Amino acid sequence: MKRRINLWSSLDWFTILIFLGMIFFGWINIYAAVYNEEASGIFDISQRYGKQFLWIVAAIILAFFVIITDSRFYIFFSYIIYVLVIASLLLVLLVGKEVNGARSWFAIGAFSLQPSEFAKFATALALAKYLSGQASDLTSFRSLALSAAIIFAPAALILFQPDMGSMIVFFSLVLVLYREGLSPWLFITGILAAILFIATLLAEHNHNVMIAIILIAAVVHLIAERDPLLTLKGIASAGGIILIIWLVSGAVLPEIEPAVIIMAGMVISSVAWAYYIFRHKARNLLILMTFLAGSLMFIFIVDFAFNNILKPHQQTRISDVLGAESDPYGTGYSLNQSIISIGSGGFSGKGFLNGTQTRFKFVPEQSTDFIFCTVGEEWGFLGSSFVIILFMVLLYRLIVLAERQRSSFTRIYGYGVVSILLFHFLINIGMTIGLVPVIGIPLPFFSYGGSSLWGFTLLLFIFLRLDASRNEYLV
Amino acid sequence: MIISITLVGLLLMVRLFMIQVVDKSYRLSAENNVLRYVTSYPARGLMYDRNGELLVYNQAVYDLMVIPGQVGEMDTLAFCNILKITPESFRSRIKEASRYSDFAPSVFLKMVSSETYAVLQESLYRYPGFYVQSRTLRKYSDQMAAHVFGYVSEVNDKNIQNDSYYKMGDYIGKSGLEEYYEKDLRGSKGASIFLVDVHNRIKGSYMDGRYDTVSVPGSDITITLDSELQRYGEKLLKNKNGSVVAIEPSTGEILAMVTSPAYDPGLLVGRPRSSNFLSLQNDTLKPLFNRAIMALYPPGSTFKPLNGLIALQEGVITPATDFFCNHGYYAPGVHVACHHFGSFDLAHAVAASCNAYFCNVFRKIIENPNHSSVAEAYVSWRSYLSAFGLGSKLRIDMASELPGFVPEPGYYDRYYGEGRWKALTILSLSIGQGELGTTPLQMANMTAAIANRGHYYTPHLIKAIDGDSTHIDARFSERHETGIDSAHFEVTIDGMKGVLGGMEGATAGWVAIRGIEMAGKTGTAENPHGPDHSIFVAFAPADNPRIAIAVYVENSGFGSTYAAPAASLMIEKYLTGEISNRWLEDYILKEPVAVTRAQEEEPEEEERATTISSETIGPVREERIIEEDMNLPGYEEKD
Repeated sequence: MKRRINLWSSLDWFTILIFLGMIFFGWINIYAAVYNEEASGIFDISQRYGKQFLWIVAAIILAFFVIITDSRFYIFFSYIIYVLVIASLLLVLLVGKEVNGARSWFAIGAFSLQPSEFAKFATALALAKYLSGQASDLTSFRSLALSAAIIFAPAALILFQPDMGSMIVFFSLVLVLYREGLSPWLFITGILAAILFIATLLAEHNHNVMIAIILIAAVVHLIAERDPLLTLKGIASAGGIILIIWLVSGAVLPEIEPAVIIMAGMVISSVAWAYYIFRHKARNLLILMTFLAGSLMFIFIVDFAFNNILKPHQQTRISDVLGAESDPYGTGYSLNQSIISIGSGGFSGKGFLNGTQTRFKFVPEQSTDFIFCTVGEEWGFLGSSFVIILFMVLLYRLIVLAERQRSSFTRIYGYGVVSILLFHFLINIGMTIGLVPVIGIPLPFFSYGGSSLWGFTLLLFIFLRLDASRNEYLV
Repeated sequence: MIISITLVGLLLMVRLFMIQVVDKSYRLSAENNVLRYVTSYPARGLMYDRNGELLVYNQAVYDLMVIPGQVGEMDTLAFCNILKITPESFRSRIKEASRYSDFAPSVFLKMVSSETYAVLQESLYRYPGFYVQSRTLRKYSDQMAAHVFGYVSEVNDKNIQNDSYYKMGDYIGKSGLEEYYEKDLRGSKGASIFLVDVHNRIKGSYMDGRYDTVSVPGSDITITLDSELQRYGEKLLKNKNGSVVAIEPSTGEILAMVTSPAYDPGLLVGRPRSSNFLSLQNDTLKPLFNRAIMALYPPGSTFKPLNGLIALQEGVITPATDFFCNHGYYAPGVHVACHHFGSFDLAHAVAASCNAYFCNVFRKIIENPNHSSVAEAYVSWRSYLSAFGLGSKLRIDMASELPGFVPEPGYYDRYYGEGRWKALTILSLSIGQGELGTTPLQMANMTAAIANRGHYYTPHLIKAIDGDSTHIDARFSERHETGIDSAHFEVTIDGMKGVLGGMEGATAGWVAIRGIEMAGKTGTAENPHGPDHSIFVAFAPADNPRIAIAVYVENSGFGSTYAAPAASLMIEKYLTGEISNRWLEDYILKEPVAVTRAQEEEPEEEERATTISSETIGPVREERIIEEDMNLPGYEEKD
């Protein structure tokens, strides 16, 4: 069933306008970040801003081709595209060029291509294809496992490069599963696992993470049950047992790690809780305690696996990519310089090309992952807020577009787009201002780099193309 | 989904608002990040002697700096050969610098000589990451007056804390004139502000140099030393322990300040400074110890003219008062030996250094019925000493000066009990022994006050700053009165002239110089650790004094044996510029001072003020010299 539509008037030009605004603003910020007085104009292709101009032109051409392609192409070929991308991720592990210890790039003459940037839209397509099919039912284990496989297959391959930043992006697609009927418990478990995983690897002492988890569980219990006495009893019993074990082991085994003591204490005190839960049929408490126990086990296992199974160079790589020990100038250098850059911008910024931090290259990777520093320093709070509002408007608009679809494929894909962009938006800007750990991922449409720009352009414009056809096919 | 987008957006904006609008500290951090202050070090002020001879100046040295992050491939061995360091040392230095920062400069090698720099400069372009920063170091035109000049070394934490001018790695005068006139000599540092990038590469001048300051060279100072005289004094005291201080009585200007053993001031400069300092410090001869202002000796018989003057002023004797000496002074339980037999008046007693005479004089002073008690009379006596600058710091322009020691009455009260001591108890003070401790500087100043017939000017070493003598401290032109009528001086000075001959028993007649009328006094400081110290104070010409001098030669016996000829030579050298009595000079230069008391065959007889029975005379204060003074201010060193 096909209706004739006017393709160009069906396109959501509002989104395209935001897209153009973003790449333009991104481009002039790259110019500011790379600017030096000796080089000629903004189109000088020996400089990054000149190259970015070429990538932008190419991205617009790419967008044009995406739009003139029949929307059914993306639906029918989604698995093929996905498989091709998976193949390229395998290939890059074999023949890729190693940059900064990661094998993430194909070197093609003078240019480099990063397949993981294209894996994002491909995975979103494949996931949409699978979830929109008749066979899928997220309450079944089979569907859940297949969806997870679709999401985490590219993630796993990227982990081998290793490029933790790009890998973590795929976790954002779990949001799509949640939208499409994933059990909230599973969703929370997944999110919790991801957070704990990163926290465990980043934290200096895992017993701190454990104690934090126990306290959070206590707070949750307090809020949910409104029984302060019980919460207090729980904390007191667990704390008391841990204290006793600590004192005893201090005499017998002084070398023992605090994490082990906490684990032992929790195991012993859980006997008491199990009895209480059994007596009072306390379902909520059971769930909470299960989460707590699971979390603690998880931390313990991740830490054990990281320290005892992985080889030292693998540990270094993972810590590096997580940003735990990656700072070339000492702990926290890039984050510190990044916050200084943005903070020194003040309310209205230092003005275009007047950022001292930016001009003198204090922030590493400033045209790529830390491009937001330039925005913050030269355009101040006003400019930064403008960028954030631009992203928020884009994301709201995409949700509006997704919700107006009759085709579940387009809707699911739309949510995939939103999830990926939201994740990049939060993590990238969050890391530059010290809200989240430094995880090297680009700011969509802003950061320098052909691969990421093209990847995001494909991601967005495939959705816009699908949206333009919302009245064309009744799939 | 919409909620999470809103939450994320708001979260980011709130955080941005906090760091961009609320917290202003990041702006400052950004400025500190990007501005590099490059210090330019001024040349330290020079030192000239009173005749305009250049004594202390500067030589350029070069600190080799390194920025480890910029060090590229290079021929390390050739580089090490130029610098005369081992490859191991090269590696450890790079490592050290790298530990500080890969991107900020550190000192790789301090104080490269200009010879090495000349070689290095030609090939420096082959060693990326290295550059040279110039500095100046002290250089001395002659190996003399090390203690007067003092030395310069790197600032320590305390210096930095006390004066914000100093930054780590700066230099500061640590002793002598370098220390005292630090603020004049140092000049002021300049700073150029540059914009730098994260690799510390200079990207240009900040605000076109609007806030740059130029360094101001230190002020040159002219000092009162006569370098000829100083050099000659050091020559005379070579291979002896001792000190010479010569003062121009009419101004208080110090013409020479010799301490021996001394050291070459050039040793405490540059890279070998630390190790040289350590070996000087550990030297058992204590060459770092400035005897001229820090060593305390009993003045011995050189003190006698002062007691005579006090007695005249107090009216307890007249110039004609006679005392009889029967080979000594006898009182119940006390015997002070003397060489003489017969009657002496003041002038002759000074000339012959009669112990008995001055024992009588001292008793007259202390037992003066005008005072209600011995203690009161003692206080009065002591105040004369203070007026002559004894017992407290003269406040010359050197920080390490010691006050000397003249006991307060309380000192004897504690020892003997209040009211239980009398003139005989402290009789050793009459002949300059006992508890007295004075520095050579103080004795020279006392001599200057006698030469001036009753007043003195605080001895000082500064003559002019930047050629301008009007801005030196006003206390140096302040006239200090001794409180003794000038009339009383003539008879005393007659006696002091007689020391050099013309009176019976003249103790130092053999050192008289034809054509120069000198006044002087011999002295022998008892030394419980070994042979006595030879002391001589003198001034000349006696009636129009241009130089007052105190000479100490340790462990060499009587005042006339070594100190008197040395003083005589110094005076002749200063007044005429030459030496007429070569024999005397050879005697001083060649005669060994490995002397004990085998001095009896010396040309002139000398008084011995020894057989004071300690039971009755009280504690003969042990000489407080060298060892116990080693931990006094001005002598410490932290490196």
